[in-house]
Amino acid sequence: MNIINIEHIAKIYQVGSEEVHALADVSLRINKNEYVAIMGPSGSGKSTLMNILGCLDTPTKGLYDFSGENVSQMNDNELASIRNRQIGFVFQTFNLLARSDALHNVELPLIYAGVSSHERRERAEAALENVGLKDRMTHKPNELSGGQRQRVAVARALVTNPSIILADEPTGNLDTKTGEDIMRLFHEIHEAGNTIILVTHEEYIAEHAARIIRLRDGLVERDEVVINRYIPV
Amino acid sequence: MKWLLTDIFQFDLIKIEIGFEMKNLLFEIKEGLLISLKAIRANKARSVLTTLGIIIGVASVVLMSTAIKGIDQSFQAGVASLGSDNLYIDKWAWFDNDIPWWEMRNRKDITMEDFRAYKDLAKLPISIAPSANSQRTIKYEERSVQFVFITGTDFNYINTTNLSFDEGRFFTELESNGGRSVVVLGSEISKKLFPQGGALNQLIKIGGNRFKVVGVLEEQGSWVMGGWNPDNQAYVPIQNIFKYFVSRHSNGITINIRAENSQMVESTKEEALGIMRRVRGLKYDEKNDFSINQQEGLLTNINETVGVIQIAGLLITGLALFVGAIGIMNIMFVSVKERTREIGIRKAIGATKRTILGQFISESAIICLIGGMIGLGVAIIGSMIIAQFDFPVTIDIDAVILAVTISLITGVISGFAPAYTAAKLDPVDALRYE
Repeated sequence: MNIINIEHIAKIYQVGSEEVHALADVSLRINKNEYVAIMGPSGSGKSTLMNILGCLDTPTKGLYDFSGENVSQMNDNELASIRNRQIGFVFQTFNLLARSDALHNVELPLIYAGVSSHERRERAEAALENVGLKDRMTHKPNELSGGQRQRVAVARALVTNPSIILADEPTGNLDTKTGEDIMRLFHEIHEAGNTIILVTHEEYIAEHAARIIRLRDGLVERDEVVINRYIPV
Repeated sequence: MKWLLTDIFQFDLIKIEIGFEMKNLLFEIKEGLLISLKAIRANKARSVLTTLGIIIGVASVVLMSTAIKGIDQSFQAGVASLGSDNLYIDKWAWFDNDIPWWEMRNRKDITMEDFRAYKDLAKLPISIAPSANSQRTIKYEERSVQFVFITGTDFNYINTTNLSFDEGRFFTELESNGGRSVVVLGSEISKKLFPQGGALNQLIKIGGNRFKVVGVLEEQGSWVMGGWNPDNQAYVPIQNIFKYFVSRHSNGITINIRAENSQMVESTKEEALGIMRRVRGLKYDEKNDFSINQQEGLLTNINETVGVIQIAGLLITGLALFVGAIGIMNIMFVSVKERTREIGIRKAIGATKRTILGQFISESAIICLIGGMIGLGVAIIGSMIIAQFDFPVTIDIDAVILAVTISLITGVISGFAPAYTAAKLDPVDALRYE
C-alpha cells in the first residue's frame, strides 16, 4: 500500500528575474514499511524533495498524496497537523531544544498533538527507554554526546507513532562508529514495521536502505533496489 | 530491543481531531503558558532586564494614581473641614472670573458695620461670623513659626465650620466680645511650638503680642490647602486683628455664613443678596458691590485642579510605561530572532501558527505580569516612604487591579508584533537559520 504518492511535482523558485527549477519533474511512490535512501549531489534537489516529502513545503506543481490526503493543496495549519501526526524528523544537527532536558524534548510533539501530560510523560519515557537512554532523561542536550543527542531526536521522531521517519543526513555530524550505532537503531525501527526515508550523500550509509533514489538536476536519475544491502548486526 | 511503540500506545489520533476544539484551545493555552515559563526561566538575565522597564512603568503608574487619589481626598477633606453648606460674603469673587478684577478692587470693603446689619436682618443662617486675616510669626520661648495665617473672628465662627478639638475649646462669647488675647491653634502649629504637647494655657507671642492658648484643633489633614488648612492656622478674636495686625489692604472682613443644610444654601444666598443690597443702599439698577462665594465654586476649582494634575500625571507615567513596553517589544524581537531555530524545530514537529503566536504573546504577558507585580511591590514600598513625609497615599485593591491590568495589556500589545513575526516564519528557512 502506498503511503507516499508523488506525481510530476516541480518546485520553482523565483530568484530575481530568473526561475530556478529546484525540482523539475519528479514522480515516485513509497510503500508502507519501505526503507528508502534519497541520494544526489548538492544542487540535485535533494533538500527540496525532502522538505516537500516532510510537508515543510508545498510543490509549485504536481500532486502529493500522503496516505490519501492531498498535501499539495494544504494550508499551513493542515501541514503542521500532518507533520505532527504522520512524520517524524531526524536532522543532521539533531535540532533539539537546547535548554530543555531530553524528556521535554521528546514530549514536545505530543504537546502539539494535544496529549494529556500524564500520558505524554509515559510515552516519552518509553520512547527514550527504547533508544537506550533510560538513565539520561533529565539531561540537557549539552550534557549528552552526539550519539545520545541523535538518539533523543530519534525518540522524539518516534513518540507520535508517525507513518514515516524522515532522516536528513542523520549521521552527518557523528563519527563513524556512533553513526553506525544510529544506523543500527534505524534498522531496528524499520524491522519493527516503520517506514524510513533517509536523505544522504554517502554511498555506504545509503546502502543500509533497501532502495536508493538518485536525483540529478531536479529529476530522478535512477530508482534502484539495493542488491547487496548492508545489514548492521 | 523490540520496537513495539505501535502496540504499546493504542493512540487513536482521530479521536483528538473530532470536536474538542474548545478543550484543545484551553489545552494549548495551558501548554503555551508552561512553555513560556520554561523559556523565561531559561533566559533569566534577559528576562530580568526586560522586566525592569515594566517594573518602573507600573510602579510609577500605580504611585501616580494613588497620589492623585490622595490629593483629591485631601481636597475633599479640606472642603469638608471648612463646612460644605457655607457661604462667604466678600469684596472679592473667589472663583468667578466674569467680574473684572479692577471693578472688584474698587468696591467698598465689607465692614464690621455691614456684618452687624446683616446679622440683625438675616433669618435663615444657623450661624454667622466675621473673619479677617493676617500673616504673622508665632513664638513660644525659643520656637517660632513664620507666616502663620491668623484668622480673627468671633465666637460664632466655630459653628460655621466642622472643626473639632484636640484639647481646650474655642473662645467664648465673653472673650470674643471683649477682644481678649486668647488664641486657638491649628494642630500643626501646636506641634511645632509644643513638640511635647501641653500647649493649653501657655502664653505665646503673635507678632510680639501675648496670647493665651485656650484650645488646640484636631488635625484635619488637608495638606493641599496650604496656609488655608486649619492645621496651619491660629484663631483669635477679631478685635485683635484690627488692633495689632491690620495690614495695608485688609480693613475689610469676610462674612462667614452657614446654611441650615444643603437644600437651604440657595435660599440663604437669596436672602443674603437682598439684605446686603439693602445694607449697602444699592438702587435697583446698580450692580452688586460684593460677592457671595460658595463651596460649590471651591469644589469646581478643586476638581479642575485635580483634573489637570491627573492628566499631566498620567501622561508622564504613561510615557514611562510606553518606554517599558517598547523595551519588551525590542527584547521580544531579539528573542524571536535568536530563537529562529527553535521556532523552526517547533514548527517542524507540528506547532501551528496560532501555537507559536500564543507562546510568544504569553511569554511577553508573563514577563510583564511578573514585572507588574514587582512594580506594585516597589510602589507599595515607595508609598510607605512617601507617607513618612505626610503625603497621604494609600495603595488599595484598585491599585492592584490597575497594576495587573496594565501589565497584562502592555505584555499582550508589545508581544504581539514579535510573536506574529515568529508565527509566520517559514519552517524550512527557520530550520536552516544559523
